[in-house]
Amino acid sequence: MIVNSIEKSQIQSAPGKVLEKKHPLAIRWFHWINFPVLMTMIWSGLLIYWANDVYHVSRFKLFPEWFYTRFHIGSRLSEGIGWHFLFMWFFAINGILYVLYTAISGQWRYLLPGKTSVKEAFQVVLYDLHLSKYHPPRRKFNGAQQIAYSSIIVMGAGSLITGLAIYKSVQFGWITALVGGYETARFIHFWLTIGYCAFFLVHVGQVVKTGWNNFRAMVTGYEVVDAGEAVI
Amino acid sequence: MSEIEPDKNGESERDAAPTDPEFNSTLPIIEASSKDITGYAMIDGMTPVMANGQLVDAEREIRRLSRRSFLWAGVTLATGFGAWKWINTRPQVDGIGMPFRRVLEFNEKLTRSYFSPSRLAATFPVSLAREPVVTGEIGMTDPSFDTNDWRLIVEGMQGSNEPISLTMADIKALPKFEMVTEHKCVEGWSRVVHWAGARFADFAAKYPPAAIRGAVPGYVSMRTSDETYYVGLDMPSAIHPQTLLCYEMNGEPLTAEHGAPLRLAIPLKYGIKCIKWIGTIRYADTKPADYWAERGYDWYAGF
Repeated sequence: MIVNSIEKSQIQSAPGKVLEKKHPLAIRWFHWINFPVLMTMIWSGLLIYWANDVYHVSRFKLFPEWFYTRFHIGSRLSEGIGWHFLFMWFFAINGILYVLYTAISGQWRYLLPGKTSVKEAFQVVLYDLHLSKYHPPRRKFNGAQQIAYSSIIVMGAGSLITGLAIYKSVQFGWITALVGGYETARFIHFWLTIGYCAFFLVHVGQVVKTGWNNFRAMVTGYEVVDAGEAVI
Repeated sequence: MSEIEPDKNGESERDAAPTDPEFNSTLPIIEASSKDITGYAMIDGMTPVMANGQLVDAEREIRRLSRRSFLWAGVTLATGFGAWKWINTRPQVDGIGMPFRRVLEFNEKLTRSYFSPSRLAATFPVSLAREPVVTGEIGMTDPSFDTNDWRLIVEGMQGSNEPISLTMADIKALPKFEMVTEHKCVEGWSRVVHWAGARFADFAAKYPPAAIRGAVPGYVSMRTSDETYYVGLDMPSAIHPQTLLCYEMNGEPLTAEHGAPLRLAIPLKYGIKCIKWIGTIRYADTKPADYWAERGYDWYAGF
């Protein structure tokens, strides 16, 4: 959306930069609270996993024996459980509030993928990989972002559901059955965590690439843009 | 975003959107309602920075906003760091920091308030049954001992001030019950196991607890003969229909390493509660001592 009613004299008298509101205060809080909470969940989850590290990628153990020896990882299961079952509350409450907020405030309009998101996501990926010079028109969140930010919420819900399926497999036995049983719940719960780690790497990479102005918007809420390029 | 539909006055509907309440500049900020005076159309999500009808330096304004926001970030970070420090410096309560212990107890309270004896652990076809991992040997009975010499001591039974002594025949006289359930270790692994034995509920009906301080005791304590391993159970879990005093596993008599002659199978709880080599059963009105709960784990440990 172009601010076409600014008169020419005003543009010339001003530096031609305007502040664009990007992230509402609530979303910034949800985001930054989630960051250390999710980190704690992943770390304590690993302490639990390491007590019985069953998962392989084909023949390769995810954490080979030398890993434990090298980093002096002893048994810290009870400690992991302690952190996990405390921070699960923060993770769940923060996540639920975020979803409620985006639903009620209308922010979901920017976040949910639309009809063109998949096509746009491909264009963004090709552009980012320097395979194409075309970048789709600037929007608050492009198709790739919409898919990523919506998927991460679905993953979060998946973690909560499979977590409950493991944690209370009798009192919430119907949930355990729904996700395919205890072992399956544990399997999904674990691989979702690997998914968060992958998301985190790409996300941080993109933030670094996009630059300070974009990062700062997640703290202040505002981005500095050229008056003529203001978009939402 | 789609085009903003102009209303009948030719203005954007979103013009009425209030400015961000945070955006509390010391500079006079043009109000949405004054757009007619300046001819400046404010659109959703964009806050025009105006001073005396002129656009001011957006860079200056973002610096001011940044100072404030990053100050908040700093305060939040410091608070978080303080909370983390606090959590890590609390005294230990039974092998784990006090905040964790309190939260485990809170979670237990919540679970127990939701508990229903009609909810059963999932059962499986016998064909899926396997041998569970052989775990701890704490409290193991000498494998060479004779089952005929074994006695189960029951403390706190109704009508008996003294502990009573039962034989294997007494246990086997109770109705035999079989189940194929998942044995889940607190470490994470699980195995489907075929158990057979007497329901604890039947045992408690035959050898009922004496009232303690005028009430039915709410807990059961089980200990190995040598008292080195012990578990505490809440009564609702103990008398659940799937809680068995087991003497057979996967169709065979229990082996020494799996808890012969008598062990507990309680699919409502983690394996740490499935005590092997039971020697004593005591009814109690307070939470009985529990080996792993004293070592940093959840006392309840129930699904």
